[in-house]
Amino acid sequence: MAIKGEVVIDKERCKGCGVCVVACPNKVLALAKNVNGKGYNYSEAIIDNCIGCASCAMVCPDGVITVYKVKL
Amino acid sequence: MAKELKLMKGNEAIAEAAIRSGCDGYFGYPITPQSEVMEHLMVEKPWETTGMVVLQAESETSSINMVYGGAGAGKKVMTSSSSPGISLMQEGLTYLAGAELPSLVVNVVRGGPGLGTIQPSQADYFQAVKGGGHGDYQMYVLAPASVQEMYDFVFKGWEIAFKYRNPVMILSDGAIGQVMEKLYVGDYVPRWTEEEVRKFAPWASMGKPADRDHNIITSLELDSAKQEKHNHKLQAKYREMEEKEVLFETINCEDAEYIFVAYGSSARIAQKAIQLGREKGIKVGLLRPITLFPFPKKQVAEFSKKVKGMLAVEMSAGQMVEDVRLAAEFRCPVEHFGRYGGIIPTPHEVLEALEEKIIKG
Amino acid sequence: MFNPDIIKPENLVYKRTDVLTQAVMHYCPGCGHGTTHRIIAEVIEEMGIQDKAICVAPVGCSVLAYNYFNVDSLGAAHGRAPAIATAIQRLYPDRYTFTYQGDGDLAAIGTAETIHACNRGENIVIVFINNGIYGMTGGQMAPTTLIGMKTATSPYGRTVELNGYPLQITELLAELPGTYYVTRQSVQTAAAVRKTKKAIRQAFENQKNKKGTSFVEVVSNCNSGWKMTPVQANKWMEENMFVKYPIGDIKVDGQKVK
Repeated sequence: MAIKGEVVIDKERCKGCGVCVVACPNKVLALAKNVNGKGYNYSEAIIDNCIGCASCAMVCPDGVITVYKVKL
Repeated sequence: MAKELKLMKGNEAIAEAAIRSGCDGYFGYPITPQSEVMEHLMVEKPWETTGMVVLQAESETSSINMVYGGAGAGKKVMTSSSSPGISLMQEGLTYLAGAELPSLVVNVVRGGPGLGTIQPSQADYFQAVKGGGHGDYQMYVLAPASVQEMYDFVFKGWEIAFKYRNPVMILSDGAIGQVMEKLYVGDYVPRWTEEEVRKFAPWASMGKPADRDHNIITSLELDSAKQEKHNHKLQAKYREMEEKEVLFETINCEDAEYIFVAYGSSARIAQKAIQLGREKGIKVGLLRPITLFPFPKKQVAEFSKKVKGMLAVEMSAGQMVEDVRLAAEFRCPVEHFGRYGGIIPTPHEVLEALEEKIIKG
Repeated sequence: MFNPDIIKPENLVYKRTDVLTQAVMHYCPGCGHGTTHRIIAEVIEEMGIQDKAICVAPVGCSVLAYNYFNVDSLGAAHGRAPAIATAIQRLYPDRYTFTYQGDGDLAAIGTAETIHACNRGENIVIVFINNGIYGMTGGQMAPTTLIGMKTATSPYGRTVELNGYPLQITELLAELPGTYYVTRQSVQTAAAVRKTKKAIRQAFENQKNKKGTSFVEVVSNCNSGWKMTPVQANKWMEENMFVKYPIGDIKVDGQKVK
């Protein structure tokens, strides 16, 4: 059984602290080269390797990450 | 309303009034000469009858903040203390005023400065009516002159506190706090139910129901434009109090050529001095401010047009006299007579001062 | 986005709780305040006590906490939150009054209020954020600042001679008979956040069962005050703060943990 996850990041509320980047066990996240309206390099998923563990969301101080998961 | 006659100390009358006025909580710290307030409450155990909470805090700083908490949650809460303790409460008082929380604080004044004496004084007038804490604010200040008024003003205090969402101070003194007098007490007023609190204090932080936004009790505003607007609102409230809530009493003023202006214990001494004066043919009367803020400015102004002079009698080095002078606007001589440091003036001294400072003038 | 087809309510694993308001928190990027706010709000949601929760916010970085918790709130004078919470909880015994305080608020100016509320065993929850610095006023020394740590008011590093010792107030409070649950946690990793959330849940459950004071310290970062990136700050915290402030339960069910 495979697990497929997906994160939805509210990039306008993200402050680009990068805590989620280190928290992700599968190195899915990275800080974007672009900035949001506040000037922060927001976090984004860069590879399709999310398992929906929500570790990123757990450590996010601003609660900007929503996590989905399906068992295939 | 059924009336019951009791013999009580002024401090005990405060406690009795608290229980009978539907007070929800008293938070205090012992200090002479007002310790009987909490002592009486602890003996009466109102938590077993009306459900009123009584708690001895670790300091006056803590008790005034307990009042802030209870008041912020919409409850009728109060504290009492004496001068040094009230100084410690100034932080809490300015927060109560800033956050517009109805609350009742009793100051049974003793002589100062510093630890001072434990005897009666009226030297906390400035602190009470000019705002002892920081920022532009006013408390509604009631000055009882009898044990009965100690009792009655607790009820009056709740009325004003909730009408204006403002802290109210009963500015008493060690004499009124300690003296025993007869006192009529009335029926018990029930404490508000939670539904009533929600109705009468819809702003209170008491738990957010699903159908309204969360309430926030605070005195903080980082935007100075909004803070100024808040200040305007507070000032409008204080002006309305000046318009509508001034209380005073006049005695023997109809034919008076001279006026004593005195509140609390001093007013009672002045009354005796009037009697002595009138025996000597001096036509003197008394204007007794009952509210110190708002001060009976109009009454002082009117008397200043009619009389030959006024003597402010206070147990202080001269505080209220400044307000009397401001209201009299130099239309007649205004002088001050006071004893302080815990000394109570005699009626003879008061009359003598009138003769020396005003009549011979 | 790689798998838009799985974005469906039935596949939801985690979303921001509605017990937080929509306001964007003013905290610096990576600050542990936000995470701690979030998990407190999640516990309130999970316990279904939003209508009975009352937050008492401090003075310090979290002075505006009342803007973020979607519960009835009060802003306290500096350090006085435990006194305020005492009165509210005594007047409304079925409520969930909690204070949220930093190290300056709780362990310096409010020491008396903290100790006496805990000593009376007030049925309140105290959440204590310890980041060893005064963040809001610009990074001055706190009672919990470590020896050698540089701050705006200990620019050459805190010394015992000048400033005394870092205050382990949590251990001190655990000595008081009024405290029922005393724990020290952190929020720098997902595992730590889960444990802290469990501790906060425990604290509110204790309050529900009227057990007395529950005290949850959260050792946190202050990357601005420490002058590090958020990730560096978390690492520094683990290596330095945890030595003086070790993570774990200190008192459980009224008994000190051996």
